[in-house]
Amino acid sequence: MTASRRPGDGAVASLEVSRLAYAYPDGTQALFGVDLRVERGERVALLGPNGAGKTTLVLHLNGILTAGHGTVAVAGLPVAKDSLLEIRRRVGLVFQDPDDQLFMPTVREDVAFGPANLGIRGEELQQRVEDALEQVGMLEAIDRPPHHLSFGQRRRVAVATVLAMEPEILVLDEPSSNLDPASRRELAEILRSLDVTVLMVTHDLPYALELCERSLILSGGVIAADGPTRELLADAELLAAHRLELPYGFTVA
Amino acid sequence: MSAGHRHRLHRPGDTLVHRLPPQCKLAAVTAFALTVVATPREWFAAFGAYALLLAGVALAARIPPGFVLRRMAVEIPFVLFAVAIPFIGTGERVAVAGLWLSVPGLWAAWNILAKATLGVAASILLAATTEPRLMLLGAQRLRLPPLLVQIAMFMLRYLDVVAGEMRRMRVARESRGFAARDLRHLPVVARSAGALFIRSYERGERVHLAMLSRGYTGSMPVVVDLAASARQWLVAAMLPGAALVALLGNWGMA
Repeated sequence: MTASRRPGDGAVASLEVSRLAYAYPDGTQALFGVDLRVERGERVALLGPNGAGKTTLVLHLNGILTAGHGTVAVAGLPVAKDSLLEIRRRVGLVFQDPDDQLFMPTVREDVAFGPANLGIRGEELQQRVEDALEQVGMLEAIDRPPHHLSFGQRRRVAVATVLAMEPEILVLDEPSSNLDPASRRELAEILRSLDVTVLMVTHDLPYALELCERSLILSGGVIAADGPTRELLADAELLAAHRLELPYGFTVA
Repeated sequence: MSAGHRHRLHRPGDTLVHRLPPQCKLAAVTAFALTVVATPREWFAAFGAYALLLAGVALAARIPPGFVLRRMAVEIPFVLFAVAIPFIGTGERVAVAGLWLSVPGLWAAWNILAKATLGVAASILLAATTEPRLMLLGAQRLRLPPLLVQIAMFMLRYLDVVAGEMRRMRVARESRGFAARDLRHLPVVARSAGALFIRSYERGERVHLAMLSRGYTGSMPVVVDLAASARQWLVAAMLPGAALVALLGNWGMA
């Protein structure tokens, strides 16, 4: 288990969560003390069955939900009321349904929405929008309305909308869901090409193996395992204990 | 189902009218409508002049008359109402084609028909030459309440998404052997409508989360630069300006 940062160990983690607990207003406890640390430049998968609290955890990372107990810090800045705007710049959250994420009439305006909220205007804003779309290979769709794009294209634009904010860490909620194999591979290539810390929430185990060196298993509201993805996926007992399964015919050598 | 259905009011083009900034066109149409409404119903010549002005705009925008006429169908309820007035109106009666009609009723019907038709035609020309999205940006420029503009913007964006959801629910109903045929099936359809409302509401919440995640603080950043030059304002002012001249000219004669 990753302990909280000791003073003097130098590098600041991209993301540091310590003893995070949360109960929904109706009293349902979703998180029971989550500890995790993601170093700068790492790509980490957060695995867990449905209902493990993955999305709840994600919503804490940029301060949409506020911790009942414990702390979240992004590149050393603790998530708090007065730091929300900066936290939301640093944490790029890509939601599962791109229709939720793309709410502006055109791709250009949508990608510009985040940086414009940060006060960027004019030439610099246009540059950011074009750079972000370039990174996901969607520059040619810049003036199209989002609902005219294919699902895979919309997901890529959704990634661009947060890249335009130049985040410290990209947090993706089920990035591979509903994608056909080709779109899935294209997205993987894009994610690998980005020079940014990635936390990927998923129960798509092969995708985690493909993209992330390290994985965490969130189960029952705590981090149940943390280690190299290959080792975790090779441990059939561990997976079974947390309702995770490899697809039929898939073996981890 | 996206493009054809939703943009049927808009007719893309590259004319002087199409190129005018949306805020100029919105202001021009509003001023024109006010002029029309302020015209006394007896001034037939002024109404004729207004109609000619609109025809001129349609010509400049290369909008064929048929395009406008077909879309005038939205006016039909008003027409029906207007046609009924001379029959139910009171006061002095006059024989028209064998029917005894109320004279004040005829005046009222003419008043409604003429003004509504001119207003609807002007709005159709506005919609035909302005993309829906730009219309909202224009409204934003004219400082309409930002909340209203945002609501309209989201409606524009999510109309297809909600319609798609509605279609999937109908397919799901019909796949299980249900087809709404008569009034007794209304409860099922009503429950579907309720479910659709809740789904849309939840989507609204998720969209709001996504907006917050990207630093939304209550106002939409204006990204598209829509500045209008004095010349463009002047061009747009020609429609209400000419209408006003026609009104005042008629006044002079009256």
